[in-house]
Amino acid sequence: MKKNEAQRNDTPLTQGAYWGLDYLKRNAGILIALLVLTVFLTVATENFATPSNLLTVLRQICTNALLAFGMTFVLIIGGIDLTVGSVLGACGVSVVMLIESGVPIAGAVILSLLLGAVLGLINGCIIAFTGMPPFIVTLSMMEVIRGFAYIITDGRSVSCTNESFNAFGNSYFLGIPVPVYIVFFAMVLCSVILYRTKFGRRMYAVGGNVNAARFTGINTKSITIRAYVISAVLSALAGIVLASRMYSGQPTAGDGYESDAIAAAVLGGTSFNGGIGTLSGTLFGALVIGILNNGLNQLRVTSYMQMVIKGIVIILAVGIDIFKNRRRAK
Amino acid sequence: MSSPYFLEMTNISKTFPGAKVLDRIDIRVKPGEVRALMGENGAGKSTLIKILGGIYSMDPGDGEIRINGEPVKINSVQDAKANGISIIHQEISLADNMTVFDNLFMGAERMKSLFIDDKRMIREAQKVIDDMDMQINVRTKVSELSIAKQQMVEITRAIMFNARLIVMDEPTSSLTSVEIEHLFEQIAKLKAQGIAIIYISHRMDEIFRIADSISVLRDGHLIGTDDACNLSQNKLVSMMVGREINEVYHRESRPEIGAVTLEVKHFKNKYLKDVSFQLRKGEILGFSGLVGAGRSETARAIFGIDPLQSGELLIEGKPVRIRSARDAIANGIGFVPENRKLEGLFLTGSIEDNMTYPVLEKFMGIVGMNQAKRQAIVDHHVHDLAIKMTSTKQAVGQLSGGNQQKVLVSKWLATEPKILILDEPTRGIDVGAKAEIYQLIFALAQQGIAIMLISSEMDEIINLSDRIIVMHEGTVSGEVDNIPEARASQEEIMWLASGGKK
Repeated sequence: MKKNEAQRNDTPLTQGAYWGLDYLKRNAGILIALLVLTVFLTVATENFATPSNLLTVLRQICTNALLAFGMTFVLIIGGIDLTVGSVLGACGVSVVMLIESGVPIAGAVILSLLLGAVLGLINGCIIAFTGMPPFIVTLSMMEVIRGFAYIITDGRSVSCTNESFNAFGNSYFLGIPVPVYIVFFAMVLCSVILYRTKFGRRMYAVGGNVNAARFTGINTKSITIRAYVISAVLSALAGIVLASRMYSGQPTAGDGYESDAIAAAVLGGTSFNGGIGTLSGTLFGALVIGILNNGLNQLRVTSYMQMVIKGIVIILAVGIDIFKNRRRAK
Repeated sequence: MSSPYFLEMTNISKTFPGAKVLDRIDIRVKPGEVRALMGENGAGKSTLIKILGGIYSMDPGDGEIRINGEPVKINSVQDAKANGISIIHQEISLADNMTVFDNLFMGAERMKSLFIDDKRMIREAQKVIDDMDMQINVRTKVSELSIAKQQMVEITRAIMFNARLIVMDEPTSSLTSVEIEHLFEQIAKLKAQGIAIIYISHRMDEIFRIADSISVLRDGHLIGTDDACNLSQNKLVSMMVGREINEVYHRESRPEIGAVTLEVKHFKNKYLKDVSFQLRKGEILGFSGLVGAGRSETARAIFGIDPLQSGELLIEGKPVRIRSARDAIANGIGFVPENRKLEGLFLTGSIEDNMTYPVLEKFMGIVGMNQAKRQAIVDHHVHDLAIKMTSTKQAVGQLSGGNQQKVLVSKWLATEPKILILDEPTRGIDVGAKAEIYQLIFALAQQGIAIMLISSEMDEIINLSDRIIVMHEGTVSGEVDNIPEARASQEEIMWLASGGKK
């Protein structure tokens, strides 16, 4: 304790070093997993460590990373959002249908993001005002939203004939896929919201101790609603990017994606009890899942076996974290 | 209009559906005054405080709150804060996932244009903390602080937002004696700054140490307010309970103490070095000692929760092996643990469910259950124990502490035990409920049950026990006879508890 204080009050340089060391310690589990996985796949497969494959991995994780950022917000306030996959599907469909009906790309994108915001608002309001458990509310809303995506498309995929919209998800800028930039900017924006604004700080307060937050005069309902809106907007963004990549809006898109998003957040150290979580941790979590998917394909592991392995990895990673915390608590 | 009082609450009433919980209460507190607010659970203390804090609204009518002589309306937590009123609730209300400075500025974060200004918050928070001589680094996570320091953080938060009146609701309930001293020092400092304090506690010794004046509530009425120096402990108890103190420990008759029911021989395990004693039929055997002396651990070993390394247990002269709670119950032992909420009760379960868990086999076959038999067991105990409730289907979590304890005791009575272990049976319950628990203990002994009573309250041990075992660091450091005509002295027990040899 004394030692820490001395370190913390030293010059900015050692303070930075202290922070860096602390960061490594807190994220040790996921970073080690990432390292082991990368080294193993580099040695075990021919193609993993090639630049083109690494770029593919980055592009593959974009969708999940966006969903997982949103999930992190919601988990931090002590909630959960199972609608992310459905919102992705619905907004992917809406953006293509709007473009096909003649709306300019920018307008279609903004309207689809707004659709996401409205869906998040509905989730958030039901949870904040009725006090129903978020799991139940979003589980039901997941069905409702997916149902609407099927209804408006008649269950069929809508192909996109607009070349410039299709190009934006599939092209490269300076040798890096465009969606990677989108994820990068989303992460910067989310980091600012989470770490540098009142709202971000209050999310941690609400997730850490709702009563404490309420007694200091924080409007906990508003914080809750806004967290769900952010999650849904990020899911909508992911839906738009995915629609562009697939040249179509598919009502089935994103089915079951909520599990990978939750897995990425939890692997990255976000607590299911609320109040704890970082975006960089979540990004590492998404990377681990992405590399695992890619690497297992390279190793020609069947997709059924991949599911088994992924599940085991998540239990191990989270188990290690809990074990670590328990030791520290002693 | 100036007034010598900081706070004046007059004619405050509050009605909940079906019950008037506060009836025309008047409370006036001067700046720099420490006012103790006392009363049994359910007397209306928390309701009054919640009205002051803007969490409940009072009944419309004559009720009025004045601050420095000016009438004010307090309709929300923000209103209370704006009027300089700050409440420190019994449960710590900090977000323990966050740092000290985050908690201090929660809801009032310092900003630099659009963004949070961490540097400024750290600087300002550390200055306040240092000014109060608290050894806390504001960048520490709250979860890494002791309960006492967390409480200091809450007090600091109140001061930072210019509180002129701080309400402390049972602030010492989870503090050690050293930490309590520290809290009292802080209270003295606040007092010197002219900050008024309303202090809620059940602990008499604390009240008389720090309170300038005392108000007593009973059943929603203000029984009286007086300077602490005009009141005695006995007077206070009778104001709170509505009857005299000697009735609290009054015992109708004492049973003939019978043969040895339980004999513990040289118990040894991780926590116990060497524990031996005998417990007789109809006897109340008190266990005294400091925290960590091994009293609860002895109970846990007897009940088969913690494994033994060596030692022998005899019940009615026959050696038995107890490896689990199941074995213990089968051998006629019941155990009311120290932490009733964590270890004893299913809070969301109904009273009748809780009562009958240990005896399911008495009325359940492989499938189906005998409702009538179950009802008979429940009725029998509810009647005996005078549990206050709306019905036996009510959730245990809604009952008062004293009534929860009765449910817990009744749960064991249903197993018809020969031996009953009670670990701190009156912790956290008020004087009135305590008296009822004491009568219950006497009645059980009268029925011939051998009772092992663990308590940290010296009064309780001395007034209830027939004999006292004193423990120190995992051993029995002494045994003291304690007949009503010649009660053991506190000094003797303390001497043994701190390791002195007899």
